[in-house]
Amino acid sequence: MANHVKYRIGKSRVFQGLTILLAFACVVPLIFILIYILQAGLTKINWQFLTNLPKPVGEKGGGIANALIGSIMIILCASVIAIPFGILCGIYLSENKKSRLAYWSRLCVDILQGVPSIVIGIVAYFWLVKPLGGFSAISGSVALAIMMLPIIIRSTEETLKLLPDSLREAAYALGMPFHRVVLKVIVPCGISGIMSGVMLAVARIAGETAPLLFTAFGNPYMSFNMMKPMQSMPLLIFNYATSPYNDWHDLAWGASCILLIWVLALNIFTKVITRKWKVQL
Amino acid sequence: MMEQSVDIKVTTRPGKDAGRVVSVKKTSTVSSNKRIRRSFRQIRTENVFRRMLVIVALCMIVLVLGIMVTLAVQSTLSFKSAGFSYLWGKTWDPVRDVFGAYPFILGTLLTSFLALIISIPFSFAVAVFLGEYYPTGWLPNLLKNTVELIAAVPSVIYGFWGLAVLVPIVRSFETSIGVEPVGIGIFTSSLILAIMIIPYAASLGRSMIHMVPSNLKEAAYSLGATRWEVIRSVIFPYTKSGLFAGVLLSLGRALGETMAVTMVIGNTSLIPKSIFSPGNTMASVIANEFTEADHPVYLSALIELGLVLFLVTVVINMVGKRMVSSFTNE
Repeated sequence: MANHVKYRIGKSRVFQGLTILLAFACVVPLIFILIYILQAGLTKINWQFLTNLPKPVGEKGGGIANALIGSIMIILCASVIAIPFGILCGIYLSENKKSRLAYWSRLCVDILQGVPSIVIGIVAYFWLVKPLGGFSAISGSVALAIMMLPIIIRSTEETLKLLPDSLREAAYALGMPFHRVVLKVIVPCGISGIMSGVMLAVARIAGETAPLLFTAFGNPYMSFNMMKPMQSMPLLIFNYATSPYNDWHDLAWGASCILLIWVLALNIFTKVITRKWKVQL
Repeated sequence: MMEQSVDIKVTTRPGKDAGRVVSVKKTSTVSSNKRIRRSFRQIRTENVFRRMLVIVALCMIVLVLGIMVTLAVQSTLSFKSAGFSYLWGKTWDPVRDVFGAYPFILGTLLTSFLALIISIPFSFAVAVFLGEYYPTGWLPNLLKNTVELIAAVPSVIYGFWGLAVLVPIVRSFETSIGVEPVGIGIFTSSLILAIMIIPYAASLGRSMIHMVPSNLKEAAYSLGATRWEVIRSVIFPYTKSGLFAGVLLSLGRALGETMAVTMVIGNTSLIPKSIFSPGNTMASVIANEFTEADHPVYLSALIELGLVLFLVTVVINMVGKRMVSSFTNE
């Protein structure tokens, strides 16, 4: 009897230890990746790296200025498309919880969330690249905007759902029309949740490569024209990492380092904000 | 201000003829006239705003339907030329216009399921650790946030890291077990995928385990069950649909993952002989060959791959989400 109990307690202990071990083992690859990329990348980053264009193989002092500018422009453009659209759709879903349109629309948001990014790239290719007659940065922005939408819509809807009805009713009782209730009372109350959703969406698309492969395409030169192919950070990393040249690998390591810091900083910043404002996402 | 204008409307409406209404309006001060106009304008804006919201919600449906229709229409050419045998055709030869997706479907399934098998113990361990053993405290909190950050790292960075670090390790591992030391291949991409999909099952599993009623657990403890016995015979059975849904969501993620896999899988159109040989997944074929597709049937065959991928991931995601929502509503 005593032995049996000891065996059971021992078994429980063993499994507890195993769980703790496995749980912390998950973090190990992330730490390895972080350390490796910081080690390989930080030494490559200097002023030249940020302001120069990539040089041909063999020449020293190439940089990634075109990719930095391109990434920022593409992401800004995608945000301009996706943020108003996503917030409005989120407002609709939270204001009309039970209507049939809301049901189908919510279903579509769920579907969109699961669509592989490469498929969105294909679709953007047929919607914009073909009709416009060539690869363009704007088509990449649209593809990324489609990827941002579900995250923004979901976070807006979830945040606004949590607001008490009394808030809305108090605003209506003052005689405010619907649009002012939404824009002046409900959205400002939920702005922290909405903003953190937006930031998460930006962090997610900042590292997306697949939808840009056939839309923004990449460009070894500086370009400010949204109708022309444009370089972006993930594309640069992909192209240079799979190339056989060490010089280009160095560029890719530096770019990975910047991209990683950028994306992680956005994520951590969002987490801190949600913690501070007690938003549930 | 709204109140007053409403008042005026109420008092004027019972008037028998329109003239009287006008006279009431005329006798009222200029400022109240302005108020009426302003309130009408607001009602109009309100209607416009409502309509705009409806249009935006409709746009979402149109967007998703548009994606489906685009994929379906663009892949008809390939479907016409090969029919359903496209799915089990064993050769993919763009030069001879023979398109069989079997090697890629097999590659996708192999990498995804292998990744799932590798990642499940880890993600369940995280879920149990955070949901049952240590739900609060700074260390579990740190672990939770760090695990969530795993999902935030861009996939192209995973790919690059895999290429530089994991491939040599796998190569030496392959030498030691006596298979051809290629390094790149299905096994390497499964490893990378396994790391990438841990957070999805883990965070869902954690919230599910949190929701187990404590009286169930306490009843088991009072019968003399140990911690592990409670986990195995109370928590796991109670949350099994939720845990399964988490696994499905990470499977959906693994199936559609493109960049990391493309960089380390080796990209051959041959049928993989073992889990160590190079192969290709549906997503990586599209990424590699889409811009090189020079004739319509080739392009259409690639899009058909995209359509298959789309349908499979959508079904898996929908089933997973349904299971989660039915679990949380119970």
